[in-house]
Amino acid sequence: MSGYRLPLQPGQGAWPGAWIDRSRTLSLRFNCRTLTAHPGDTLASALLANGIGAVARSFKWHRPRGIFSAGLEEPTGLVDVGNGARRTPNTRATDIEVFEGLEAVTGNAWPSLGFDLGALAARFASLMPAGFYYKTFMWPHWHRFEPAIRRAAGLGHAAAADAGADPDHYEEVSRQVETLVIGGGAAGLVAAAAAARGAQEVLLLEAAPRCGGWLASQGPEGIERATALEREARAAGVKVIVRCTALGLYDHRLAVAVEEVNDGDASNGPRERLWKLRAKRIVLALGAFERPMLFPDNDRPGVMLAAAVQRHAALFGVAAGRRVVVAAACDSGYVVARGLAAMGVQVAAVVDVRPGRQGFTPELPAGVAWHAGCTMVGVDHRRGAVGGVHIAPQAGGHALFIEADGIASAGGWSPAVHLHSMAGGGLRWEERASMFVPAGPLPGITSVGAAAGAFEFDAALAHAQAEGARAPGTPGTAAPVGGLGDVPAHAGPSGEALAALAAGGRRTGKVFVDLQNDVTTDDIALAARENYRSVEHLKRYTTLGMATDQGKTSNVLALVLMGEHTQRAPAQVGTTKFRPPFRPVTLNALAAGRHGARMKPLKRLPAERWHQERGALFEEFGGWWRPAAYPRGGGESLTAAAEREALAVRRGVGLFDGSPLGKIEVYGPDAAAFLDLMYVGTMSTLPVGGTRYGLLLNENGVIFDDGIVARLGPDHFWVNTTSGGAERVALAFEEWLQCEYVNLRLLVTPVTSAWGNVTVSGPRAWELLRGAGFDAALAPTAMKHMTVGEWPAPRRLLDARRDPDEPLAHEADGVALRVLRASYTGELSYEINVPATLTPALLEHLWRAGQPLGMVPFGVEALMILRTEKGYLHVGGDTDGTTLPGDVGMDRGIAKKAANFAGRRSLLRPAATDAHRMQLVGLVPCDRRTVLPAGAHATAQRPPAPIEGFVTSSHFSPNLNHPVALAMLRRGASRTGERITWWHMGTPVEAEVVKTPFIDPGGERLHGHVR
Amino acid sequence: MMQLRCPWCGERAASEFHCGGTTGITRPPLACDDSTWSRYLFFRTNPKGGHGERWRHTFGCGMWFNVWRDTVTHEVKAVYGITEPPPPQGAP
Repeated sequence: MSGYRLPLQPGQGAWPGAWIDRSRTLSLRFNCRTLTAHPGDTLASALLANGIGAVARSFKWHRPRGIFSAGLEEPTGLVDVGNGARRTPNTRATDIEVFEGLEAVTGNAWPSLGFDLGALAARFASLMPAGFYYKTFMWPHWHRFEPAIRRAAGLGHAAAADAGADPDHYEEVSRQVETLVIGGGAAGLVAAAAAARGAQEVLLLEAAPRCGGWLASQGPEGIERATALEREARAAGVKVIVRCTALGLYDHRLAVAVEEVNDGDASNGPRERLWKLRAKRIVLALGAFERPMLFPDNDRPGVMLAAAVQRHAALFGVAAGRRVVVAAACDSGYVVARGLAAMGVQVAAVVDVRPGRQGFTPELPAGVAWHAGCTMVGVDHRRGAVGGVHIAPQAGGHALFIEADGIASAGGWSPAVHLHSMAGGGLRWEERASMFVPAGPLPGITSVGAAAGAFEFDAALAHAQAEGARAPGTPGTAAPVGGLGDVPAHAGPSGEALAALAAGGRRTGKVFVDLQNDVTTDDIALAARENYRSVEHLKRYTTLGMATDQGKTSNVLALVLMGEHTQRAPAQVGTTKFRPPFRPVTLNALAAGRHGARMKPLKRLPAERWHQERGALFEEFGGWWRPAAYPRGGGESLTAAAEREALAVRRGVGLFDGSPLGKIEVYGPDAAAFLDLMYVGTMSTLPVGGTRYGLLLNENGVIFDDGIVARLGPDHFWVNTTSGGAERVALAFEEWLQCEYVNLRLLVTPVTSAWGNVTVSGPRAWELLRGAGFDAALAPTAMKHMTVGEWPAPRRLLDARRDPDEPLAHEADGVALRVLRASYTGELSYEINVPATLTPALLEHLWRAGQPLGMVPFGVEALMILRTEKGYLHVGGDTDGTTLPGDVGMDRGIAKKAANFAGRRSLLRPAATDAHRMQLVGLVPCDRRTVLPAGAHATAQRPPAPIEGFVTSSHFSPNLNHPVALAMLRRGASRTGERITWWHMGTPVEAEVVKTPFIDPGGERLHGHVR
Repeated sequence: MMQLRCPWCGERAASEFHCGGTTGITRPPLACDDSTWSRYLFFRTNPKGGHGERWRHTFGCGMWFNVWRDTVTHEVKAVYGITEPPPPQGAP
């Protein structure tokens, strides 16, 4: 093919080539060639202007393919753009605006586009019909063949894994708008202007860099009128966003669109912007996609959609060929022929499949031959591209050869009903014009212009004007469908016409329906023969309409053919479901910056810096970034550090930041009654100053959280939850309160982040607090285990603030600490709750006071060792979505409780009372050396075998000097003393079932009786 | 994405809400039989068409309310209080 840059027409200003700036030149690289282009060019127009025909290889047979369209429907001109981490695969050359330094490569040819080894596949094409893979690679298994086939098939390549993350920025904007117009062609501009004049706030999205649509390529008058329409729309107050493509329409008029902000240089702003637009009213003016004609070898570089040939010439000043034949099945072929001739493109002939009508002579420029009732039957090619066409009468007769290097294919139009359909709109087959049109407007969503099937320009504009001006909420009017003349649904050559070619001793080539997926008319016939008659089966069997273009140029033709093979009308065949995205979109645009640390931001401790200074190793626990341990310099491992810390806590005293512990205030006259309804235990009998451990169940009786409930006053409770469970517990309380116990008078207020929690634990904990200036009333002799109290903060604590300007929650002398004597370590413990901003000061104050006692800070890992030694439950670790209170030995007292607490009835179901349930047990490995892997399974014999139990927590106990573990085991409570084999990755470990706790069964330490 | 009208905050995107499933289900007493309890726990009608369901404005005011919604068209026919009966057109 021989595309070239058209000269300007005298006296017509910048036409043809209205969108390019001929005074400036820039350079770009395509497949290692340096090309020149003008600002305003697309990559497709630049390639055509440089005479490049074949730009890619086809998906299956690696046939050379060229530019086929001038828009986002492009099936064949796909390239990979950019390099390194910025590489974007399978981008439509018709959709890429050129810029200085643009780099693009063909993604799927190897070793090169000109000499592609994959093209050998074409030699065996007759052996690879639709369903070839399914039929051939069955034995022994498809997975044996899949990798090789996937390498051979396919299109471009994503950025290499080692290229790193995309360095560009992406952003997202959400907006509400009164009227949203999608599509900036004539109909969209007119509707938008009319809506804006009606005092509506109007936003218009246009996918191209400029508005105008089809009208802009209709000669100097067309572009002048398009410019005027846009000017009027803007003057009426319409806000226009160009380079912005709507991807989908969702419930309740939510449109999602992506705007290309910076294609080449994204250093000073985002590369793409995702718009989420909620509109009161949406006008769809997306235009229509032209359909190709069906004829043998209709995929050669040089065959292009007719309107695309005209658009390339008018807007970018490039001719697709030096001598063009228009193959038409509708009147728009004549419009294109006239338009091309006016721009200096030589049009050899218009070949119209329709028989000539009585008294109809088309207006055609001098020298353009008209062949009515004729069709293309063959394409000659030179080095892969179009060299000439053979035509023959549809009714049969002699074939005629026309020399040509370009074919403009005008097979009719398919309105872009995609967004209408995504919003739930129905479609209607319009027989006369052979197209699917919207069956009618949806509430608040209306289609205008070619998108509605209205191709009579003035009538379409009048309808668009009326729809735009219509008051919101009033019913829409039907679009004036039609205007193309009669369009035959099947625009391919008849058997008689093809016979004419065969009579000349020539073989016909393949007739492509879907150029992107290499689906031919034969493949559709085969699918029909093999009874893949449903449109969804047809799609999956032949791959028709898949991949990046989603069949925008091919779907309707395929439905028509399937209908013919199965004696059904296209409306009966139906269409496949239109799904977002309307156009391929990068994952980065959708993520809009929500990746890495920003995907799920971590919750940070107020005292993070203090922990860093103590050498903390941070890890994520339940969404919190917390110290796992404080390894010593010299390479102490996490495990070694945790064991050292756990030992130090039991021997002296340790300091722990428990701030993530969930905290909820429950306040009101019915607070006690409400908590009785929530917890397995009874809370209403707590005295003021008392605390009690409680389990929370869901309605299925399954444990979903636990914690300590403390009574601060008759109507005031302080509820602690697990660190990860604070939010879900508060949500559950609210749901019960608002939806079930609506008459109870109380408030539930989550206060987790308002309070820090600093825990001191160990036999010398009180000694530490006394030294730090705490009230003597906190001494273990005065303040018993499982009690709570509020105490003024020691004066010295306030003085220990690093920054005297640090705000206090209360006045300096009135800061109250809530101190809880509860213990998850099994040692004498004080949980000191402090206004969150004072947490670092309290840690520092206690740290200094603890130096003479050899106090250590300890992290979550040491806490887990300590609580496992005590056999304390870790909800979510030892429990899962099936664990009931009885399974963990916490069903005492339930029968005597009065309140019908959440989940209670479920504990009486047969499944809950089954004697074979798994129960929590302690394990000690028989060799007293091997730490059981958490997750190891017990089975009666070597796995695979039914599971008897699994290890839920496992640590080396530095205090006992042997490993300990907790496990769920079938009938575990009655199996103490049994030796059981636990399997992990094929390795068995013997362990004995023991009673817990492993340490201090009498609770001497817990109560502070051990010094 | 749907848009729901929170009775306290107005129209907001569905992503601010959390659906609590079918509304108006009476919780049986503790003394009920196993089959009554299992129907309460596990059996839902899943209608095609009008459906009363409860929603919480989780990323907003935190309040629960009822919605009568068409499960086919996603049209919200009514928004009503958590203890109120469904509107007349929503009567099953």
